[in-house]
Formats: sequence, structure tokens, C-alpha cells
Amino acid sequence: MNREPSRLSRSQGLRWLKDMMRIRRMEETCAELYGQEKIRGFLHLYTGEEAVAAGAIPELEDTDAFVGTYREHGHALMRGISMNAIMAEMFGKVEGCSRGRGGSMHLFDAGTRFFGGNAIVSGGLPLAVGLALADRMQDKPGVTACFFGEGAAAEGEFHESLNLAALWQLPVLFVCENNLYAMGTALARSESVTDIHAKAEAYGIDSQPVDGMDVMSVNSAIRAALKTVREKHRPGFLEMRTYRFRAHSMFDPELYRSKEEVEQWKQLCPIATLTAQLQAQQLLEDRDLTTLEASVDAEIHAAVEFAEAGNWESTEDLLRDVYTEDAVTAQEPIP
Amino acid sequence: MKTTYREAMRAALRDALNGDERVFLMGEDVGRYGGCYAVSKGLLEEFGEERVRDTPLSESAFVGAGIGAALGGMRPIVEVMTVNFSLLCLDQIVNTAATLRHMSGGQFSVPIVVRMTTGAGRQLAAQHSHSLECWYAHVPGLRVIAPATLEDMRGMLKLALADPDPVILFEHNALYNQEGELEEDWHVTDIRRAVVRRSGSDVSLISYGGNLHKVLAAAEALAKTGVEAEVVDLRSLRPLDEESILASVRKTHRAVLVDEGWRTGSLAGEIGMRIAERAFYDLDAPLARVCTEEVPIPYPRHLEQAALPQIESIVEKVHEVMGQHA
Repeated sequence: MNREPSRLSRSQGLRWLKDMMRIRRMEETCAELYGQEKIRGFLHLYTGEEAVAAGAIPELEDTDAFVGTYREHGHALMRGISMNAIMAEMFGKVEGCSRGRGGSMHLFDAGTRFFGGNAIVSGGLPLAVGLALADRMQDKPGVTACFFGEGAAAEGEFHESLNLAALWQLPVLFVCENNLYAMGTALARSESVTDIHAKAEAYGIDSQPVDGMDVMSVNSAIRAALKTVREKHRPGFLEMRTYRFRAHSMFDPELYRSKEEVEQWKQLCPIATLTAQLQAQQLLEDRDLTTLEASVDAEIHAAVEFAEAGNWESTEDLLRDVYTEDAVTAQEPIP
Repeated sequence: MKTTYREAMRAALRDALNGDERVFLMGEDVGRYGGCYAVSKGLLEEFGEERVRDTPLSESAFVGAGIGAALGGMRPIVEVMTVNFSLLCLDQIVNTAATLRHMSGGQFSVPIVVRMTTGAGRQLAAQHSHSLECWYAHVPGLRVIAPATLEDMRGMLKLALADPDPVILFEHNALYNQEGELEEDWHVTDIRRAVVRRSGSDVSLISYGGNLHKVLAAAEALAKTGVEAEVVDLRSLRPLDEESILASVRKTHRAVLVDEGWRTGSLAGEIGMRIAERAFYDLDAPLARVCTEEVPIPYPRHLEQAALPQIESIVEKVHEVMGQHA
């Protein structure tokens, strides 16, 4: 899990920095809005894990598919869903990316092949296998990127899906975001083998651990893995070792881990790390930071305004989209 | 032509595989083994391993993969051996297939057909004999259908595949070996409307799937005692064709629901309540039902038969409703 030697271009560095700041500030704004009761329900924030989404997801092609979990705001943003549509979804407004029907845990977007937003741990893995199967059966070039937490490794579906993907040699890139806690249960308290990547190896899938707090490491790992999946038509697996700085959700009193541990991990903050690296290489000036911050602030301000101004769906439309309207018209049946 | 339910479903599968390149069949032992009830026998040789796809014993993964494949533009038919095993993939069906359209604000439909057998009567004991279709019928977002006749067995799959939403298709395992006459001409049969299989004036017998034949036999027996029963075959368990059910009850003024599910929480209970809500004043007798006894299905034949709805128990219940106590 060596950190990549610094081969950083200014433009790429600034891009990552901006993306990670966009995620961080969006999430922190969501926490504030939650306090104001603008956002309700469960809210799972990504703070601390930004390097994974920012380093990985922009490497996907338009034809690739994405399958995520309930901690997916950052994923959605990096996949190209507008912050406006994400924020409106959090508010439950009809302008949201899921028409307000899904909320924080169920962001969806057909345009970017973003298939959720799944709040069942490991529930997205079989889905990803099927999307990859469909691509392969139709000779489409896509890779399906499937993101999930390390808690999924305890579920049967994790093992069933890895086996199926390897057995059928399907183009799925499994990305485990190992933040060490399945809600409040530490990895060592739930797994006999805590190296998640080793479980994938048991299925014959190329797999490696990655420093998930370092955007460059994430990026080089994902590029290599995607290349292999794409060219060799077989699944890949990356274990991103990361940490969430905040609690599991807004209801979590965080009794299961010490403040010292959280503080230690905060020393590895991916935004601070990258900022320091860029500064050390004289690729970042103070005024760059000011510009970045202003631009991120403007985007967030606009998104909150957009969500505030959004509309509540009419209850007359309550039953809409349970079934496809006017379905079953293809054939005239008897009698 | 003379055929069996098994062959009728195989003909439907062959037709579907021939008719649309996006269709493929996937499940445990559907390929080389030929299907655990021999429904897909020969299809692997005919269509190859890509389109008749054996899966590991991983219900959740392969049903979930079917859902993903449906999202990705395919039209998967996924076979789960029995409804009992489908509990291992209940999450994928209920939490994913049924919810995706709604949760995505209408962006994603899941055009999957999940086939599974249901029902008892073959001395397979508790873990292979249960009738849990009402669990699926409970869930908005799913369409649940149950073919009872040869024509429906062959004719329902096409519309199920044409449906952009997930369809669960229940085949009663006691039907497969039954023989009957089926027209050579292909028809597509309705998966929305219930159908009156026998017209009558005195009582409505409402059932579906494997129990339809017991109900029809009971109706014939009743006719000999002067009771003309109307037999309604639901065909669709979700959504229920309430209008057809009510039309029959308003004509006969009595109803007996026959359902192989357990009485508690049964589909029969739901149908009875709907009749009570909308046709109470049309009734000349209390509603009644014949369901499975509240017991995991036992292995010995006499106990298994005692647990299930039978022709005799249906006849007896109808006499009770008619006020004709023995």
C-alpha cells in the first residue's frame, strides 16, 4: 500500500482538490441543512472518504455503469449528476434526480448510468453482475463499477456475486470502501479475515488494497484495474482503505470508537494531504485556494437555492411510477 | 393436440427465446439438467449456453443479476426452483425489483420474469411444498400471475415478457404432468383479467393456479346435488381483477374462496375483505374460504392431503354456505 511517488500535474491536482472540496462542502452543508430540518430521514455523510470518489469515478467512461450504496452523494456528484439535482433530491423536491422519491439513500440517474443509491448492504452487487452480463451479452463496451462498504463482505450476496462474476468472467470492477466500521461494528468484530481483498482473491479475482486517503493512489489503482477489466473481460477488485470522519448517520452517537482514533485519521485528511503536496511542489498558490473555495461556495449556494425553490410533488401523483403506465399493451390477448 | 402443462411452458419458453434476442433463461439446473421439473429440457441444446444459463446455487445473486440484466437492456426469464427457495432472493425481488421504478422517479423499469413453482401434493415435506404467492402479491411494484390452464401456461409468458415491470409467474408443481388438449394455434392470454371458467348462478368459487382443477371438479360434484357454482380463475394475483370478482358475486350472491395458502394472512382473506367492502349487501350468505391448515406441510400422504384444500372440503363448504348442512 505504498503511496504513489508524486507525479502531479497542476491541472490534475487542482481538479482533484476542487472535486474533493465540492464533496466535503456539500456534505457539511447537508449536515447543517439536516439540523435545520430541511433534509430528513437517514443521512450518511462521506466526509473523509473523498479521495476515493474523486480519484476513481471520473475515470469511468460514459458507457460504464455505476452501482452504489446509501453513502453515495459524493459518488453521484463525481459521476456528473448536478449538485442542484442531488440537493433537491435530499430535500424531497420533484426537481431531484429521483423526482424526490428516493431521498439521500436513493440517488438515481439514467443519463449517467447511475443505478443507485441502494440502502440494502450488498444488495447492489448482484445488480452490478447483471448489468455487466447485459453489456457482455449485447457486446457493449461498458464496465460496471460497483461501490460498497466493507460491511458487505459479511453478506452472502457479496460471495455469491464475486463467484458469479468470476465464473462468468464479467466486466465488473468491485470497489470496497473499507472505512473500518459497518455502522458501529468494527471490522475485527465481524470478520474472521479482515483483509477484504483476500476474499476476492479466493474467487480468482485480481485484487489489491489501496490507500484510500490518497487521491493519487486511488487514481492510479483504478486506472490500472479498469484497464484490465476492459481489456481482459474479467472482474477486478479494489479495497480502498479509508475512514469516515463523521458518524455513520445523523442518529449515531458514535459510542463505538474513540475520539483519539478519529483524530488520528483526520491527520490523513485527503484534502489537506493533497493541498500540502501541491504547495510543496509549488503547484498551488494561496489565490488558487481562494478561487477554488469561491467557486465551490457558489455551486453549493446555488444548489441550496435550487432545492429551496423546488416543488413538492402533488399527492395526486402519489401512485405514479409504481408500475409503468399503460403496460401490457403489446399483444391483444384472449379471451 | 394432446400436450402437458410442462410441454406448454416449454413451448412458451422456446417461442420467447426465438422471438427476441434479448430473452434468455437463467436458473438452477435449467440447462444441462433440463430443469428440475424438466420444463426446459432440450432448450440448452437448441439455444446454447449463453441463452440457457445454468447458475450456481445462489438465488440472491442470480435473481439480482437478472434484475441488473433487465436494467441493462435484456429480457431475462429467471427460474427459481420453488417458492420456498425464493425466500433466499426475497430481498432482490422485494427491495430492488419492486422498488426501483418508484425510487428512481420512473427512470428505471425492471422487465424481468421470475418463474417459480409453488404448492404441495407430491409428498415433498415442508421445505418444498409451501404456497407463498400471497407474500409476493402483497408487494406494490410486482405483477403476480398464476396460470391454471394449458392455454394460460403457454400464453401468459409473452405478455409477462412484454411487461416493463417485474412479473412473478407461479407454476403449481402438481400441474406439470397433467395432459390435455391445446389448440395448435398460438394465443396470448390475458394476465390482467380474471376469467369465468364455469358459469353458475348459486355461488362463486374463486381460486387460481393448481387449485382451479379441484374447484372445477367440486363444481361438477355440486351440480349433481342441484347447486350451480360459478368458477372464477383469478389468473392475476396482483393486481387483483376486483371488477370480475365482484361481478360474479353480484350474480350469485355467495362466495367461497379457495386458496392453497395458509388461512392466516391469505389471499383468500384479502379477496373476502374486498367483497365485504364493496358487495356486502349483495350477499345472501356469509363469506367462506377453504385454505391450507395452519401447519408446515407434512410428509405422509394422508396428513398432507388433510392439510390441503380438497374437492370434498370445497363441496362441504359450499353446502354450508348454501345452508344445506349434511
